[in-house]
Amino acid sequence: MGNLLEIRNVTKVYQRGLLSSHAKIALKEFSLTLKEDEPSIMTVAGESGSGKTTLAMLLLGFITPTTGEILYRGQNITSLRGPDRLAYRREVQAVFQDPFAVFNPFYTVDHLLTVPIKQFKLAKSGRDARNKMDEALTAVGLRPEDVLGRFPHQLSGGQRQRINVARALLLKPRLLIADEPVSMVDASLRANILESLKNLHRDHGVTIIYITHDLTTAYHVADTITVLYRGDVVEKGDVESVIRNPQHSYTQLLVDSIPWPNLDQKWGQHSIRSRETEPTA
Amino acid sequence: MTTIVATSAPEAAVQQPGKLTLLLRYFNRNRGLAVGLIILIALVLFTVIGLMTVNPKHAYPLSVATKQPPSLKYPFGTDFFGRNLTAAMVVGMWQTAVIGVIAGGLGTLIGVVLGFTSAYFGGWVDSTIRTVCQILTPIPVLLIQVVVAGSLDKRDVTIITMALIVVMLAWMGPTLVIRAQVLTMKERQFVAVAKLSGVGDMSIIFKEILPNLLPFIAAAFVGQVFSAVFASFYLAVLGLGPLREPLLGNIIWAAQLQGAFFNGWWWWPIAPSVAMILILGSLALINMGLDELANPRVRRTE
Amino acid sequence: MNLATTEAAAGRRQSAATGSPVLRVEDLVVTYYTDLGRARALDNVSFTLEAGTKMGMVGESGSGKSTLALAMMRMIKPPGRIEGGHVWVGGTDLQSLDEEGMRKARLSKIAYIPQGAMNSLNPVMKIGAQMVDAIKSHLPGESRKAIDERCMWALKSVDLDPSVFQMFPHELSGGMKQRVCIAIGILLRPEVIIADEPTSALDVVTQRQVMETIDKVQDDINAAVILIGHDMGLMAQTMDRVAVMYAGRLVEVATVREMFTNPKHPYSQALISSLPTLDNKGEFKGIPGLAPSLLRLPSGCAFHPRCPHASDRSRKEKPKVNMLPGGQLVACHLYDQES
Repeated sequence: MGNLLEIRNVTKVYQRGLLSSHAKIALKEFSLTLKEDEPSIMTVAGESGSGKTTLAMLLLGFITPTTGEILYRGQNITSLRGPDRLAYRREVQAVFQDPFAVFNPFYTVDHLLTVPIKQFKLAKSGRDARNKMDEALTAVGLRPEDVLGRFPHQLSGGQRQRINVARALLLKPRLLIADEPVSMVDASLRANILESLKNLHRDHGVTIIYITHDLTTAYHVADTITVLYRGDVVEKGDVESVIRNPQHSYTQLLVDSIPWPNLDQKWGQHSIRSRETEPTA
Repeated sequence: MTTIVATSAPEAAVQQPGKLTLLLRYFNRNRGLAVGLIILIALVLFTVIGLMTVNPKHAYPLSVATKQPPSLKYPFGTDFFGRNLTAAMVVGMWQTAVIGVIAGGLGTLIGVVLGFTSAYFGGWVDSTIRTVCQILTPIPVLLIQVVVAGSLDKRDVTIITMALIVVMLAWMGPTLVIRAQVLTMKERQFVAVAKLSGVGDMSIIFKEILPNLLPFIAAAFVGQVFSAVFASFYLAVLGLGPLREPLLGNIIWAAQLQGAFFNGWWWWPIAPSVAMILILGSLALINMGLDELANPRVRRTE
Repeated sequence: MNLATTEAAAGRRQSAATGSPVLRVEDLVVTYYTDLGRARALDNVSFTLEAGTKMGMVGESGSGKSTLALAMMRMIKPPGRIEGGHVWVGGTDLQSLDEEGMRKARLSKIAYIPQGAMNSLNPVMKIGAQMVDAIKSHLPGESRKAIDERCMWALKSVDLDPSVFQMFPHELSGGMKQRVCIAIGILLRPEVIIADEPTSALDVVTQRQVMETIDKVQDDINAAVILIGHDMGLMAQTMDRVAVMYAGRLVEVATVREMFTNPKHPYSQALISSLPTLDNKGEFKGIPGLAPSLLRLPSGCAFHPRCPHASDRSRKEKPKVNMLPGGQLVACHLYDQES
């Protein structure tokens, strides 16, 4: 079996204006390999401006690398055509941060689930489609009759995000990019959503790339972690060792600032140097 | 590890008030839209009933007794040429509506097609369309319309040509507005999710983006109809319209030519003027009302 | 600089010494009249806060925490209405003031830093101009020199370089903008500061910096701080007390140590045990069910449909707020005998 995903020395540079002297390097020489038969949950952690969103956009094929290539199952994603491209679209999915923005306000929330079923031919009939939708919604803790047929603004943020996760369950992708899936969700619901993601991995062998700046949830969900700072990888490894024993000074600062809900683990052993001189993200 | 169990309490469904109630409540907040629609509907009824009851031939010269003041037989009176003004009003409004809808519809259609193409495909297509619009916009519309209408052979000026003259320089506005809206919509996350769901570009335009732009397109349409009706009016008043037809502007032009006020035939220009004020007024109110509907930031809260 | 000797500051130190609370909220009630019915956004909320104390207010969206802040500031707009209760800040009942009096009280007695404040800074005005605006609307007679001194003091209190005075918002990072908002909030040395999710859009390191700033600022002016949020970890690290809201009601108020080691209300207990820590990796204990809609609250105790200890009593009777021997407040029938 080959590699599910291979990112080879990808750099993404954003030019400002035609005559650029103001190039912004969003991601520098990033490489990553994920094997097909070893599904895992990997976290990419960093603050805003670190390049983590750029990475997500590159993996989903929404932007192209300036140099380097991204191979999905051995093929460069920018050159996929026809059935190969459809397969790539089907197998690489995402859960985004904002629970409201992913819904088209003109349609009911069913639209989010019915469209991929139709496009990827996931159901044999209308009844079959409805059953699959019910199954996915129940698996995330929602009652189908409570949410189907409603418009997005009629549901709460937590319900909407759960429907997003249900969509991922329905599609059973090979690779799921979860970009800050719980940061806009209440604390009490985070556990539900994270558990759904973990189940997706455990029961269906989905590899998840969990992108976040919140190391508490990352620690809970992931096996390995890569820490990004301004486009560079500063540290990577398995999540236990990196969090308990960070090596790089930035990682140390990051880990030290984690607000653990535990009064015996106070933050603040490392003081924060003045960050005033750093440009805006 | 606990399983996730949905145990929401058996709540009674929240009572949603009927759709009619919500609609009426909205009209109460957006009175401009309500009033505009009422006037427009009244005008439409007048035209429709009129077309069914009045003999359209009487809208043309030498049909009936001349220079009669309003009476039971001739509710709007008659004019110097022997036109029954009631018939003239009815036929004139109908023709105004035709010009308005054709020109308005055509202008909006061009705007939608070019606006979407420009915004969605970007690149040189976008640059070309945008530049053409920006070059044509500052051209003084009235001047060009007068020149074009004036240089046409009198027999070639018909209702349809009027409509085309009006559309000629009207399509840039909707194009740019719709382009701007599509540019914003295109970046919205639900478009990204649609792409992830395997939806192709054309389907995204028609099924994801277009439905959300219907309020804007409706507002653009009403704006275009307004401009078209207004343009047909002032061109006709200047005597550049299809002179045989009882267009409202034509009636006023003819009245002015014959010195209607000085001769005491006050009823002749009054009726078309009032009609035009009502038409343009109602369209303007509807336009403003739709603007409020389409633009949530302008929307008034209770 | 004569700011340190204003009577307000002296009064505050005195109140801290005698232990009388600088903020007292009594039976606050807010109802929203919507097209779909009446929603009780705040149901007889009462609590007190001493000067120099930081209290975190947590709850799900729709629990009423932001509504509480707006009600205290008398900024509830129709279709919402404050229908009862008092808000005493340092001896003055804010609900009894007229419009002009309340306008003066905002920022000078009680300051509110809303959610997303950093994105609401006027993008075409320099920071300094916005700060001066705030001062001038409350102290119209103040000399230019005094205004400048005040601004410099505020910027210094939040660890910002005085050069920020001349900058535009887009030149600053998220964390810096948030600290500017805090600086504006403290310009008139209010007695109470309410911050609504001040760090939700910031990364962990900047978040820590902003929280340390709030700490420092509070020490400087000895204000009482209410921090509204839903990050329990943040509460554990920075707060002195924690209040939990559910469906418009205050269900528990306790010191931070108690809340995290021995929560009393079943909802607080479920909340605490669902939190990811360094020790419970891999365990996910969510709270089953959904928070109720404020338009259709369950009878009796609002939490009973999701409560493992639900009883006939909690299904029928709304629990009163009990004060436990340690000083905590709990609104739950399980503790009715102990009070």
